[in-house]
Amino acid sequence: MLSFFEKIGGAIRSKITRLGAATRLFFSIISYSSDSFKRFNLTIREIYFTGVLSLVIIVVSAFFVGMVLGLQGYYTLQKYGSSEAIGVLVALALVRELGPVVTALLFAGRAGTAITAEIGLMKATEQLSAMEMMAVSPVARIVAPRFWAGIITMPLLASIFSMVGVLGGYVVAVPLIGVDEGAFWSQMQANVDFNYDIVNGFIKSVVFGIACTIIALFEGYDAPPTAEGVSRATTRTVVTSSLAVLGLDFVLTSFMLTV
Amino acid sequence: MNRIKLDAWVGIFVALGLIALMGLAMKVGNLTSNDIKTTYYVTANFENIGGLKPRAPVKSAGVVVGRVDSIVFDTKIYEAIVTMSIDERYVFPKDTFANIYTAGLLGEQYIGLEAGGDPDNLEANDKITQTQDAVVLEKLISQFLYNQASKEEE
Amino acid sequence: MQKDLIVSIKDLAFGYAERQIHKKINMNFHRGKVVAIMGGSGCGKTTILRLIGGQIKPTSGHVEVDGQIVHEQGRKGIYELRRKMGMLFQHGALFSDLSVFENVAFPIREHTNLSEEIIKDLVLMKLNAVGLRGANQLMPTELSGGMARRVALARAVALDPDIIMYDEPFAGLDPISMGVICDLIRTLNDALGATSIIVTHDVTETFAFADYIYFIADGIVAAEGSPSDLKKSQLPFVKQFVHSQKDGPVPFHYQANDYLQDLRL
Repeated sequence: MLSFFEKIGGAIRSKITRLGAATRLFFSIISYSSDSFKRFNLTIREIYFTGVLSLVIIVVSAFFVGMVLGLQGYYTLQKYGSSEAIGVLVALALVRELGPVVTALLFAGRAGTAITAEIGLMKATEQLSAMEMMAVSPVARIVAPRFWAGIITMPLLASIFSMVGVLGGYVVAVPLIGVDEGAFWSQMQANVDFNYDIVNGFIKSVVFGIACTIIALFEGYDAPPTAEGVSRATTRTVVTSSLAVLGLDFVLTSFMLTV
Repeated sequence: MNRIKLDAWVGIFVALGLIALMGLAMKVGNLTSNDIKTTYYVTANFENIGGLKPRAPVKSAGVVVGRVDSIVFDTKIYEAIVTMSIDERYVFPKDTFANIYTAGLLGEQYIGLEAGGDPDNLEANDKITQTQDAVVLEKLISQFLYNQASKEEE
Repeated sequence: MQKDLIVSIKDLAFGYAERQIHKKINMNFHRGKVVAIMGGSGCGKTTILRLIGGQIKPTSGHVEVDGQIVHEQGRKGIYELRRKMGMLFQHGALFSDLSVFENVAFPIREHTNLSEEIIKDLVLMKLNAVGLRGANQLMPTELSGGMARRVALARAVALDPDIIMYDEPFAGLDPISMGVICDLIRTLNDALGATSIIVTHDVTETFAFADYIYFIADGIVAAEGSPSDLKKSQLPFVKQFVHSQKDGPVPFHYQANDYLQDLRL
């Protein structure tokens, strides 16, 4: 029985230690960031890998999510005779929740795992050590550019996701179902508030960007330098990022709805 | 991948992201349709605001002319004081009537302004004196049942 | 004598919480010499290189590089010292996303503001020294193990360091590559007037070209001397190592209970 509690205690302690280590990494990234801003081309390179290469999966999923929202929304709304409100439903669902959240989940799977695997592999093959021995800080050269790229990329991807999703909903609602085009857009515009809905969605995606990137970076940086260690770290990146995104989403939403 | 090609791709990506954001703001949101930049505030007292919420639209003849800015409860007169921000382009006579309506049977509530005939117009921070409360469904139903019951007694 | 002393290790102790690795180590490395650190696997040879490079801190004692105590330096001081060092990692540790050329150019680009022309000349000179000038546009994945290590060597000496450290430079190489690396260590060391510190357990190669050899066992320097001295040494550990005998002071069997008892006989 005692060993059971010991295990729980040990697990909690190791989680807290890792949280502390991740926070330390976060602050050392911030302190090295002036170096990496001076050489912004490194960050641009990472924006390519995290952003441009995630574009296809984001656009395709957004389009399907929008179409499904359109269909489902229509079948529910038509029962109440308000199928013109389909635009509002699709837009609000995307801008407030699905845009930032699904983008962050896809980002964790596509870009987050790539970051963890890459950094873990660099660690396993002593590339990070070699860099340190060349008097170049791996945090400044490798970690910080990826961090900033993640923060820049995520809101852009989330915006693209929401916009493409709305277009997907439009394709289903207007040409396929025959909802009036004018009503679709005007209802949407009357009910989606820029300052409230769109800005809040944007803030969410920035927070998710920070969370997902720092988790991916930390898992890679902290991975045991073996093939097994890296593969486990990659899995952990997806699991931890997804949970963090959903948890943070709840916290942020409850803040945004009360304020 | 050479530098120029990479920069170009990143440029395209950032441009797409910004276009999407603009699209959300303009086409999906109300940044254009509702660019109420300069507004003036008027207040109105209601005994019961029903389900009215801040940011609810203020309409006149079905056109959105402003939004509800804040709702506070006044403990002196035990009434709700609703502050509305109205687009400067629209002016209303002093004896304008403010009603709380419901969009459809179950829709959201909004304030409807009905212009009166006063030659003077409402100015900033003026108070609309003539108001009508929200219709509370429960009240209507209980009234209806009460009437039915009293009819049967007769 | 003291003047050409570049690295010295005094009463160094290092260990992790559960395991003491070094108890008391004293070593001196002189300019222009090729010095080897030998010992069995897991005796903390590589750790010594990390201590010299300031990647970890000793529990007691100190490492002095060029008159400065490494672990008392701040980040800037350590980076300053590391610019005098070049290190060849066990498997080369080439940056996998950069070409051979860019790998060698990396330290030059990071630490100097030289023009692209000069960088190109410098990199090609370094690559030529290891015989791989023609491979400068290949990616690290396209290289054999021996070639990768030669590129890494070119990268380690890109900034003409005073100290070149080699972590197991011969591990996993075929005899030809091994010979090439041996030759390169000696020629680069003499050409640059540098000091080479080699961590290895390959007896034949090391004895053939090292100037001085330290043997580490049980956390202390078990033996030291020139190769010819050590060959004649009568110390049992050195004898076992040099002549690769299976059993000796380093036992074949890991600590265990009585064999018969374990088999329940």
